[in-house]
Amino acid sequence: MKITLDGEPTPVQPGQTVAAALLAAGRVSWRDTRDGGKPRGLFCGIGVCFDCLVVVNGVPDVRACQRVVADGDDVRAQRGAELPEARP
Amino acid sequence: MIVVIGAGPAGINAARAAAAAGAEVTLIDTAPAVGGQYHRQPVGADNAPGAADIAAEPKIHHLSESVVWAIEAVDDGHRIHVRTGQADGPGRQGRTVHADALVLATGAYDRALPFPGWDLPGVVTAGAAQAMAKGQGVAVGERVVVAGTGPFLLPVAQSLVNVGAEVVGVLEANRARGWLSAPKALLAGRGKLGELAGYVKLLARHRIPYRTGRTVVAAHGTDRVTEVTTAVIDGKWKVKPGSERRIPVDAVCVGFGFTPQLELALSARCRLVDGFVEVDAAQATSVPGVFAAGELTGIGGADLAAAEGTVAGTAAAAHAGHESTQRKGVLRAVRRGRVFAQGLDKAYPVRPGWQSWLTDETLVCRCEEVSLGALRTSLDHYQALGVRSLKLTSRVGLGLCQGRVCGRAAAELAAGITGGTYDPAATAKRPLAAPLRLSELAEKEESK
Amino acid sequence: MYPDVVVVGAGVIGAACARALTVAGLRVTVLDRGAPASATTASGEGNVLVSDKGPGPELDLAVASRLRWLSLVDELGVDIEWESKGGVVVATTDAAAQPLLDFAAAQRAVGVQADVVDRVHDLEPHLTKSVTAAVHYPQDGQLQPVLAASALLADVRKRGGTVRAGVAVSGVDTANGRIAGVRTDQGVIACGAVVNACGPWSGEFARAAGAPIAILPRRGIVMVTAALPLVVRHKVYDADYVGAVASGDAALQTSSVVESTPAGPVLIGSSRQRMGFAERIDVEVLRELARKAVALFPVLADVPVMRAYGGFRPYAPDHLPVIGPDPRLPGLWHATGHEGAGIGLAPATGDLLTELLTGADPHLDPTPFRVDRPAVMEAL
Repeated sequence: MKITLDGEPTPVQPGQTVAAALLAAGRVSWRDTRDGGKPRGLFCGIGVCFDCLVVVNGVPDVRACQRVVADGDDVRAQRGAELPEARP
Repeated sequence: MIVVIGAGPAGINAARAAAAAGAEVTLIDTAPAVGGQYHRQPVGADNAPGAADIAAEPKIHHLSESVVWAIEAVDDGHRIHVRTGQADGPGRQGRTVHADALVLATGAYDRALPFPGWDLPGVVTAGAAQAMAKGQGVAVGERVVVAGTGPFLLPVAQSLVNVGAEVVGVLEANRARGWLSAPKALLAGRGKLGELAGYVKLLARHRIPYRTGRTVVAAHGTDRVTEVTTAVIDGKWKVKPGSERRIPVDAVCVGFGFTPQLELALSARCRLVDGFVEVDAAQATSVPGVFAAGELTGIGGADLAAAEGTVAGTAAAAHAGHESTQRKGVLRAVRRGRVFAQGLDKAYPVRPGWQSWLTDETLVCRCEEVSLGALRTSLDHYQALGVRSLKLTSRVGLGLCQGRVCGRAAAELAAGITGGTYDPAATAKRPLAAPLRLSELAEKEESK
Repeated sequence: MYPDVVVVGAGVIGAACARALTVAGLRVTVLDRGAPASATTASGEGNVLVSDKGPGPELDLAVASRLRWLSLVDELGVDIEWESKGGVVVATTDAAAQPLLDFAAAQRAVGVQADVVDRVHDLEPHLTKSVTAAVHYPQDGQLQPVLAASALLADVRKRGGTVRAGVAVSGVDTANGRIAGVRTDQGVIACGAVVNACGPWSGEFARAAGAPIAILPRRGIVMVTAALPLVVRHKVYDADYVGAVASGDAALQTSSVVESTPAGPVLIGSSRQRMGFAERIDVEVLRELARKAVALFPVLADVPVMRAYGGFRPYAPDHLPVIGPDPRLPGLWHATGHEGAGIGLAPATGDLLTELLTGADPHLDPTPFRVDRPAVMEAL
């Protein structure tokens, strides 16, 4: 099973969360804040803090620690506040 | 139909007890497998205590990967609004479930205290380290320090060791003699001594220093944590000058006890007492037909949660018209567990001196990036009285987490600055218990 | 020292009255049973609108009040997130187009800037393509109501006034047939005049004071999205909003009002529901608001809503504010009934009340807002 992380094809295990896939790929941050532009990654790990947000398949504000990977997912870092990509 | 929300130790037992009494049960949880945070399952596994019963019991309908985002009171019970599917959507399936009786077992999450650098990547809660290690087999770092207070720090250290991390220290902010102040509780929890002895052996085997009266007071780094400052803290948790030490690490796990996950209880309008859901001996809340079990009613660990779950499930079934009687042994286990829980609370308090660790640049609210200095300025300019105006004038707690992480700390800091009172529980009132996409909200739901 | 005036209610109306009275040289104490600016004031969008009002006394009050906000932004000296962003009202059906254009023409006739726009997507690029008519109101503004009310109250304190939270008022004391004091759960406060600025609860207070007025609550819900880049540039609303404000008929009305805030989230309103003081938030209302917002701005479909909040808005049966002395009890004054427009109407309300109370020349005709009009007194 494969997903892309910021464009890089990355092998993943079924059932893995996006956060686990990112950590396993050596990433510690995958978002920056909208005011300070500060890097953020995992914090609470159980879906409470909303700090580990990523963009999955064009949709921002997805919690990496809660989202389970699906084959072919396009995951990328979230830059501040983002609008969802227009639906096809 | 009895609806149980949360499939940790409390929810699992509530569902089993209600089904045993003959009720149809819907068990709702966000995770793929039952177990909750305590019995978190590795990917693909389904071996939490009670999981086999849940799977085998035709009366229990398990809605996994499902989030409850609203609860509405209706004439004969509650209408539970659920979305099922990939976390955070869009495109999850929406439905409503009617609950003749409702058991809330939504658990708790780590209480984090703000300190300089706590927003750096690599600083995570103890629960995050645990979830990543146990659930995903991934270590949050290679060289990790664990700090905070409470017995939960030990299993976290163990999980980290199990996934290959080097734990450079476990720092317990309180001093060990805490337990001596609660001998009755120690007695009530004596079953846990064996577990404790296991952790002590593990620490010795891996030569992991265990220090009391010391904690992490700052994290350093630019794009991620590379170092921490630890310090000896006094009985009020103020730093003892000269005791500071810098240690190189690539991850910090912090946990200062737990905060109950209150939003569903609050949207069901359950009364709180001291920040927890008030329940009677049958785990009934102040709202007829709504029961609560586990950490929602007080932090007491998995055994107490499991016992409370059985009581709540039995009582919920009775409320829905099924014949069911409470077992004396379980009620006794709850009472014993509560004594232990009170001791836990006494032995591992959080002392207000943590407020002195912050500088004006330290973020209080991570989502909205509100620093202590900005909070001070806002309080000075607008003189906010009360939590609602505190939030709306300073933006503390207005981000996506809705104050789940910072609400309590912000309320305490504001009280420290102004001398006013700010009710931390007021920050937990959230009519939408979880965010959902506008397109999901706009859709009609299937009702059941 | 006794205050000259006690203002009951520390929402934006009470705050504006207190500030104007203080500036006029009176000693003022503001009381609130809860925390200041935490009820109706904390539950709105911060509208400072001229666009939603047809020619008449409320529009006159709105025009005067907007100018006062413009100067208060400087006078208060702290940020209240004021934005002269302008409003855009759109019709999305053929049937709604002509009434909107007629409404705008009537407003233009009394001096409101209401520009019919052909290329509305130049103003709002993300707006739905199915627009049948659009009017741009450059005078519409927005502020953050809790910041604004808190800043007014902080200014009252700075000028020597007193603001007390957590003081519940139970009634008034009278002597020789006029107000002599306010009774609270923390004792009596002697004073010469009392201003009833209790918002939706003004009817209750007026009853307790022995001079009942017909003020009722309407429930309003606002939804807040996650922070977004600037996506809605004006205050954008569907033309049916205008009908909803003026109507007292239906139990529930929703009409789409969508706008970005300086902090990032988009606010989605608005609903008007008669349900007494019931505090629940109905999912059906949220669904209706979500549906209409996505219809107006399809780009918002996959945006997360992070919270919803509900409040109560005070209205009089004739949908006009109540500002002035109560003829039945000298010393009792009312400033209430602003429904969803209280933020915008607050400064002029405070000024008008102060002018009447101090005997100065009122800056606009107070007659339409008088307390002893049939709708307010007769409906009891």
